[in-house]
Amino acid sequence: MQAQHVPRLYGFTALLALLGLTAVLSLTLGARSVPWAEVWAGMTGQIDSIGAAAVAVRLPRTGLALLAGAALGLAGAVMQGISRNPLADPGILGVNAGAALFVVIGIAWFNISGAQSFLWLGIAGAALTAVFVYLIGAGGQGGATPLKLTLAGTATSVAVSAFIIAVVLPRNDIAGSVQSWQVGGVGGARFDTLLPALPFAAVGLLLCLASARVLNALALGEELATGLGQSVALGRLMAAAGAVILCGTATALCGPIGFVGLVVPHLCRMIAGVDYRLVLPLSALAGASMLGLSDVLGRLIARPNELDVGIVTAFVGAPFFIWTARSFRMRGL
Amino acid sequence: MIALPFATLPPLRRPGVRLVLSLLAALTFGAFALTLSCGRGCLSPEQVLLALTGAPGAEGAFVVAELRLPRSVLGLLAGVSFGLGGVAFQTMLRNPLASPDIIGISASAGAAAVFAIVILSLDGWLVSLVAVAAGLGVAVLIWALSARGGGAGARLILIGIGVSAMLDSVTAYLLLEAPAWDRAEAMRWLTGSLNGAQLTQALPVAGSLLLFGGLLACTARNLEVLRLGDDTAEALGVNPDRTRLRVTLAAVGLVAIATAATGPIAFVAFLSGPIAARLLPGSKGLLWAAGLVGAVLVIVGDFIGQFLLPARLPVGVVTGAVGAPFLLYLIIRVNKNGGAL
Repeated sequence: MQAQHVPRLYGFTALLALLGLTAVLSLTLGARSVPWAEVWAGMTGQIDSIGAAAVAVRLPRTGLALLAGAALGLAGAVMQGISRNPLADPGILGVNAGAALFVVIGIAWFNISGAQSFLWLGIAGAALTAVFVYLIGAGGQGGATPLKLTLAGTATSVAVSAFIIAVVLPRNDIAGSVQSWQVGGVGGARFDTLLPALPFAAVGLLLCLASARVLNALALGEELATGLGQSVALGRLMAAAGAVILCGTATALCGPIGFVGLVVPHLCRMIAGVDYRLVLPLSALAGASMLGLSDVLGRLIARPNELDVGIVTAFVGAPFFIWTARSFRMRGL
Repeated sequence: MIALPFATLPPLRRPGVRLVLSLLAALTFGAFALTLSCGRGCLSPEQVLLALTGAPGAEGAFVVAELRLPRSVLGLLAGVSFGLGGVAFQTMLRNPLASPDIIGISASAGAAAVFAIVILSLDGWLVSLVAVAAGLGVAVLIWALSARGGGAGARLILIGIGVSAMLDSVTAYLLLEAPAWDRAEAMRWLTGSLNGAQLTQALPVAGSLLLFGGLLACTARNLEVLRLGDDTAEALGVNPDRTRLRVTLAAVGLVAIATAATGPIAFVAFLSGPIAARLLPGSKGLLWAAGLVGAVLVIVGDFIGQFLLPARLPVGVVTGAVGAPFLLYLIIRVNKNGGAL
């Protein structure tokens, strides 16, 4: 046991350090690089230089990127555990797209506004899509094979995107804002839209982290899990509810972002092995870092423009998806 | 389908194939004629003919000759290209899921076309050339990446989906780099659209249909033999690798050039083959039937998107909304029949 604790400790420390570095980079880098003194001024609210003002804008943005990243990374790990499928990811399975559709319909047809309602809509959309995709992908022989789940998710995403376009295109008044949101970006973050999301994120986080034991048991196979005294159905439901809440919240805040939930759990499994009690918290940390760093990258590549973070994660994550599909026998799944 | 020793079987089937093909051709022509004569308002066939022949002062001459004709011609040619290219891939890889729009060939052609237009400031034939080169490159890449295990199994399709996602993000990035473009133009490259079609755009597509369609037609018989398996094909004097190379070249060329003109119209390549296969009694004539089905899908889809819905939508949105449920149906059917996907 002693031997196992060392890499765990290293893993956590390294990821925490990475998270801190991400936050610092996210505050300092961008269209304008800001020196340290002005970063501090911006953070404490003394906005008397352009640099300090930039930092004051980047502060909620960084918070949003880290929060959404943690949510997506954790949700991805839980989804991979529930479906016992190495390619599960909230973006690939269409869950984020479903959440986006509900939010868009809410804006376009029912004139809904306000962060709180967007969150509820996003969670409802994510839940419905997750159930739909899983029912189609998991039926029949062989259960939820990676190919069937991925195809069901892809088909659902295409249908949902077509629907979103059909809803948005005739509405010139909202088209611009919805289209930039739909790519997945954290650029428009403000503290007053971020705050209402915190309780949702906390509930989702707790549900997911609490389901680590069930996921561990599930990894051994459903029968064995039941034999070990786990209430598999209830545990699964709880874990899925947590993941769906996290996906819906993240999507309502910054649009559908894919591949974070795919890449991060695999990396964490490489560091920490297959125990979900470790993989889940590590995935949250690493997810936050990945989305934060992707956002910084997006700001630097397209200077002085900005590249939406959803584009960056897709570009970084898709090769990883290919690699996973190629090797197929990743650790422990 | 191995040739049976009964001399009576083929003659019984042939009329069926011919009948289906002529019905499809009639349907295609009907759809084409409909889009020429009807729009916001309808013209009689004589009026359309007068307008097309350029009779001075003909009623609706501008609408028919300048607006509707280029759109219908481009839709027809692109639809045939997508249908042919799609069914060629599906037949060669023996998997309905292995169509160019699912495994990333269309996405690569679209991304390359946007790159050529936005970054390199090219136009016309050169854009098509870049799109074909990118399509071939990605085809080789997917091939190489999925080579372990061989065939068009789950791995090839999953890798294709990954490549698609990556290239779509490239397209999104490039569109961001071109802020002067209006949203309609961007929509073309995201979902595929015939908006603002011009006859000059149809020229490369027509050329590619002649060239690559001809190549595909020459290889069609060998492709048919390849369905029996590599060993049988070789025994019958068909070189499997050379056949595959030719079919790949032809199919990528067709799909890439059509994509460079209209954008990646969602799921037309994926839908045409399976629909045609359900209409035909056997596998004979599948190639041509799929081409015609593709044309009908694009023309009718564009008409629906333009006039039959509450808002004007690009054709790719309509075909995407039709194709996605079909893909789901395919998965459910495999679930029921107990096949492995």
